[in-house]
Amino acid sequence: MTRAGVEKIATGISSFDIIAKGGLPRNRTTLISGTAGSGKTIFAVQFLAAGIATGSSGVFVTFEESANDIRKNMLSFGWDLAQWEAEGKFAFVDASPDPDMDSVEAGSFDLGALMARVKHAVAKVKADRVAVDSLGAVFSQFSDQSIVRSELFRIASALKAVGVTAVLTAERTDDYGPIARFGVEEFIADNVMILRNVLEDESRRRTIEILKFRGCDHQKGEYPFTIVPDGGVIVIPLSAMHLSMKSSNVRISSGNASLDEMCGGGLFRDSVTLVSGATGTGKTLTVSQFLHGGAAKGERCLLLAFEESRDQLVRNAIGWGFDFEQMERDGTLRVVCDYPDVSGLEDWLVTIQAAIRDFKPARVALDSLSALEHVGSQKAFREFVIGLTSFIKHEEITGLFTSTTESLMGGDSITETHISTLTDSIILLRYVEMFGEMKRGLTVLKMRGSAHDKAIREFTIDKGGMRMGRAFRNVTGILSGAPVHLSPSDLERVWIDVERKSETMDRRER
Amino acid sequence: MTSASARTATAIANLKRICEQELEGRYDLEIIDVLEYPELAESEKILATPTLIKSLPLPLRRVIGDLSNTEKVLMGLEVQPVRDNGDVQ
Repeated sequence: MTRAGVEKIATGISSFDIIAKGGLPRNRTTLISGTAGSGKTIFAVQFLAAGIATGSSGVFVTFEESANDIRKNMLSFGWDLAQWEAEGKFAFVDASPDPDMDSVEAGSFDLGALMARVKHAVAKVKADRVAVDSLGAVFSQFSDQSIVRSELFRIASALKAVGVTAVLTAERTDDYGPIARFGVEEFIADNVMILRNVLEDESRRRTIEILKFRGCDHQKGEYPFTIVPDGGVIVIPLSAMHLSMKSSNVRISSGNASLDEMCGGGLFRDSVTLVSGATGTGKTLTVSQFLHGGAAKGERCLLLAFEESRDQLVRNAIGWGFDFEQMERDGTLRVVCDYPDVSGLEDWLVTIQAAIRDFKPARVALDSLSALEHVGSQKAFREFVIGLTSFIKHEEITGLFTSTTESLMGGDSITETHISTLTDSIILLRYVEMFGEMKRGLTVLKMRGSAHDKAIREFTIDKGGMRMGRAFRNVTGILSGAPVHLSPSDLERVWIDVERKSETMDRRER
Repeated sequence: MTSASARTATAIANLKRICEQELEGRYDLEIIDVLEYPELAESEKILATPTLIKSLPLPLRRVIGDLSNTEKVLMGLEVQPVRDNGDVQ
């Protein structure tokens, strides 16, 4: 930052400063362009609100909504503008059109009165932040567009002259089109940011992109964000989150001693494990024993359940010998149970992060990712998983997610193919058909940074939960969904091959 | 108005000419410098300078600009020009 010669001020907007690499350039003007409903006004007010929270003060120049409307609308985000006005930390310059006050233009004019009002307001509250909402609305108030154009340039440079950092909003008609409606807005400001609100697969996806920061660095590309009550804009800085991830060698129990053994001594703390299997193979059981194992050691566990109702979960767990209600009373378990469709994936990420911050669990289980997969687009889903896994790791929490495969026998789920690279370990649960009987098999497919059992083991489920049995030595093709039973002679051949191989390896080593 | 601007001087000159011609001296004119009284500009919600406000007789009317277009000024003030032949247009 100092190298580039442009200082930045931390805006205080959640995670925005991460993608802006420190915040907005100080004493510069930044254009925020976006379509209707993309969150421009909220961002602009939040920029001032976050400043006020850190002891600075701000001026809001509105050309569109009346000051009263904005005061009312922003209360739902927890920003009491009227109170800040009374405390001398905030001032409005209300330049919204007055329907009763028609003006006739008779000759050339300038916006000197507006400039005097802005300067007066800045001096009155000693503001160091100014928000102007929106530039396009100035054009619609006057018929002489060329005057407005040159006056806006003058106002932008006047803002810099009085030493404030300013955000100016502008409308655009298309989420992927010209930067702003009048084609000049981007030249008025030093920096350009774009807020998008795109309809993708019937769901809305908000992203923020920093297009240019004159003379300083920023993260490139679109970053998803969401707007929540009592918080406003929350940016989800995916790539930036990846960088700060830690890695631990501490092992924790999966809640099942045999499974721990197969994993080479347990799951890593701050790792994320994916449990994949068809319906009824024991995913929820794996989750339940994972939670119970944590709670038994006095660890706090958070369960995010999107597939079954609370009552169902509790009843099933009782059947395996885990008393969820008792765990809740002990304060070791919290269950967040909801329909996946009640909010978008970005909102879910924020909700889950808030629950984690609030409850501070050592373990988080999510059952299942597949239920969330259809809430948004594939891209949004991948971003959700990236966001959640990196957050969990950053907080040094052990995560266990489940995903449902579509076919009963073998096969992989779409969820799996999309996120398998994001998880540290993968446990597969599969049905194995053997002589007219469905048996369950489990294998540890991947265990990042550790040796693990490569066998596919049979397991049964009873009142004590999951009971691990022997490996399926005489069956092949379980994972592909077409198990073939090997005759003893086939089996012998396989083993002879294996022995020969190890002999040759031994010889080479010698 | 903003003080010390050529546009301000033009506007005042234009306005006085129009008032003399059309109103024959039946007017009160107050000139306010927004640089000196920005809070007045705030309470009156004025953006552009110069802005002419006709406060009496009602209704309130506003005309912005240097008032070089006499026709528009009269239209904006809702004052009907008196022609030499006495017809009201």
